[in-house]
Amino acid sequence: MEVIVFLVPLALLLGLFGLLGFLWSLKNGQYDDLDGAAWRAISGDDETPAPPASS
Amino acid sequence: MQATRDFSHYVKHLGSGLAHIDLAVEGVSCAGCISKIERGLSAIPDVTLARVNLTDRRVALEWKEGALDPARFIDRLAELGYKAYPFEIVTAEAVEAENSRFLLRCLGVAAFATMNVMMLSIPVWSGNVSDMLPEQRDFFHWISALIALPAAAYAGQPFFRSAFNALRTGNVNMDVPISIGVILALATSIVETIGHAEHAYFDASIMLITFLLVGRYLDQNTRRRTRAVAGNLAALKAETVTKFVGPDEISVVPAAAVTAGDIVLLRPGERSAIDGTIIDGRSEIDQSLITGETLHASVEPGSEVYAGSLNISGSLRIRVSAASEGTLLAEIQRLLDHAVQVRSRYVQLADRASRLYAPVVHATAFLTMTGWFIAGASFHDSIISAIAVLIITCPCALGLAIPTVQTVASGAMFRAGVLLNSGDAIERVAEIDRIIFDKTGTLTLPEFDVVNSAAVPADVFELAGRLALASHHPVAAALARAAGAKSPLPGVTEQPGQGVRGILKGEEVRLGSPSFCKADNLANIILSRDPEASVVAFSRGGKRYVFAIRQSLRPDASAVIAALQKRGIAVELLSGDREPAVRAAAEMLQVPEWRAGVTPADKIARIEELKRQGFMVMMVGDGLNDAPSLAAAHVSMSPISAAHLSQATADLVFLGNRLAPVIAAVDHSRKALRLMRQNLYLAVGYNFLAVPIAILGFVTPLIAAAAMSGSSILVMLNALRGRHVPQETL
Repeated sequence: MEVIVFLVPLALLLGLFGLLGFLWSLKNGQYDDLDGAAWRAISGDDETPAPPASS
Repeated sequence: MQATRDFSHYVKHLGSGLAHIDLAVEGVSCAGCISKIERGLSAIPDVTLARVNLTDRRVALEWKEGALDPARFIDRLAELGYKAYPFEIVTAEAVEAENSRFLLRCLGVAAFATMNVMMLSIPVWSGNVSDMLPEQRDFFHWISALIALPAAAYAGQPFFRSAFNALRTGNVNMDVPISIGVILALATSIVETIGHAEHAYFDASIMLITFLLVGRYLDQNTRRRTRAVAGNLAALKAETVTKFVGPDEISVVPAAAVTAGDIVLLRPGERSAIDGTIIDGRSEIDQSLITGETLHASVEPGSEVYAGSLNISGSLRIRVSAASEGTLLAEIQRLLDHAVQVRSRYVQLADRASRLYAPVVHATAFLTMTGWFIAGASFHDSIISAIAVLIITCPCALGLAIPTVQTVASGAMFRAGVLLNSGDAIERVAEIDRIIFDKTGTLTLPEFDVVNSAAVPADVFELAGRLALASHHPVAAALARAAGAKSPLPGVTEQPGQGVRGILKGEEVRLGSPSFCKADNLANIILSRDPEASVVAFSRGGKRYVFAIRQSLRPDASAVIAALQKRGIAVELLSGDREPAVRAAAEMLQVPEWRAGVTPADKIARIEELKRQGFMVMMVGDGLNDAPSLAAAHVSMSPISAAHLSQATADLVFLGNRLAPVIAAVDHSRKALRLMRQNLYLAVGYNFLAVPIAILGFVTPLIAAAAMSGSSILVMLNALRGRHVPQETL
């Protein structure tokens, strides 16, 4: 059972990466236009410009 | 005289040589629009960014500073087929957007913490009944504390702040039991962990925060989205003014930039955004938005023009006496403010529920604690039971009950062409039993249409339509539209206040007032039969024709009124228009109750009278004169073509030429209200089951977590049923 001393922090670390990823994408404005994002995904248009830096 | 357009007011300077502008765009609804607009705008040299936001229906643009005039983007969008207008984000909207983002950040943190604490809790629960060592359990509890405490401190802020503010002003709101429950649970859990106890409540408290944040976020997002769309509407309708900046030099500026004493130009077909006195020019003006009177008034130098009037025939120079805060508008605004105050006493369903809820929960928890203490339990056990009550009665199902339904219903109404201006509009629409329609622009279409086109030969109709393209006159525009005219006749000259003339195959053709075309007799015959109509005459050589043009009823108006009556809603017509016109409309629509020639004050008086009789009144209107009565009614609705002020006042705005959205709004709201009530019953019913178990002290974290999630999920699933309401075809 000693292994949990490593596994639990490891699991938490992975979760923390996920959280940081979420906060980063939120700050980047990726949740500002969810309707548009849904359509862009299927539009097949790779040349759409990048989202604006946070306003 | 070519006007320059000055939108510099809206341009933001980002530094590093870039300029930024936000445009509200009409008609963006699909993926095709996104790439069409973005490609079309990016093709302009020096544009560094063009990004469409489909949720808010806006475009963000950035370009090299000084290289481009923002008016160029609007022209480009017009070429692509979209109407756009510069947009300034108002403070309230910016605050809501920031709030919404903060809630999402809190939700992310809380969800992360919940997942990880649950990951640790499940081994503890199963270990407690098998072979877990006490040291391992303590280890897991300590890690849970390490995750849950900072997460709760951060993600709980929306509740803690609100509860603190309520307590400081001596009130109790829904957030008070939430905050007390969470803080007590966390504090006890630490004490328990230190004391090597079997149970800790970290999982329950952090999960409570997560579920509540979901509801809070949905609620906030509905409001934010509505506000964004309403802001767009305002921007798209934002009045511009053509102002003289030199003796012969004009510039198009936002109405807000005009002050008293300025000279402005009002061309035929334009709507005035200011009050003022005419100093040059003669014309007819249509004041129906202000007075409800559809007959045109003749004006000359010295006449007063009010904001909202439509200039019909000649160009006018006007000296501004009052800009957007005009005298007449100010009068209406005063009535409006009063009416809004009266209505704000309405209490939302969620508030009514939570007002009852908070004291009951506190009393139950307190009684549980004293009850156990008196029954001989230790102080520690009593307080644990009290916390269990506070947690299990967690209002998370209650917190989700209303916002989830509102979100689903507002989405469904959006698809049916109805925009909500306020969140509680759904509840109020669902309660109505009487509906008052304004006539002009509400039951009738805002544009004019040719009513006697069948009586005119097709080739004449087409020719008249082509001739009409040369004129700015709104009646001519209606004729051109009805004839489907595309190519204007060459060499047509306009005679101000009279009409247009041209030469076709050696014959003179004229279109304009009956006297201009020598068709007075013919016009009088038509006018005697239909006094409501406007006439425009056409002559070619010796032949003369007269077109009757009037606003026609919305295509489905009588079907909608019949459908409303079938739903037990009484219909009434109140119009500032003259009696024959209102009588004709009422008879055609089979509306038994109608009144003509009513002033804004009369409309309010009538609504107040109905309210005193116990009716729940919905007002549907579009004119500036309707704005106060829109605010006075229990709930109000405006077409998208309505005056700016009316639209801002209305609880709902509907799109398109049909009246069917009124029925959709009623049906969706009634269903939504049913679902909200069901959800409240579900939430309360769950408490009836769970609370006795908690009072008796049987609640383990597992039961609390399962019961809480179960009730929340049930409430959310029930809300989803609001997506589809059977629509009858009208």
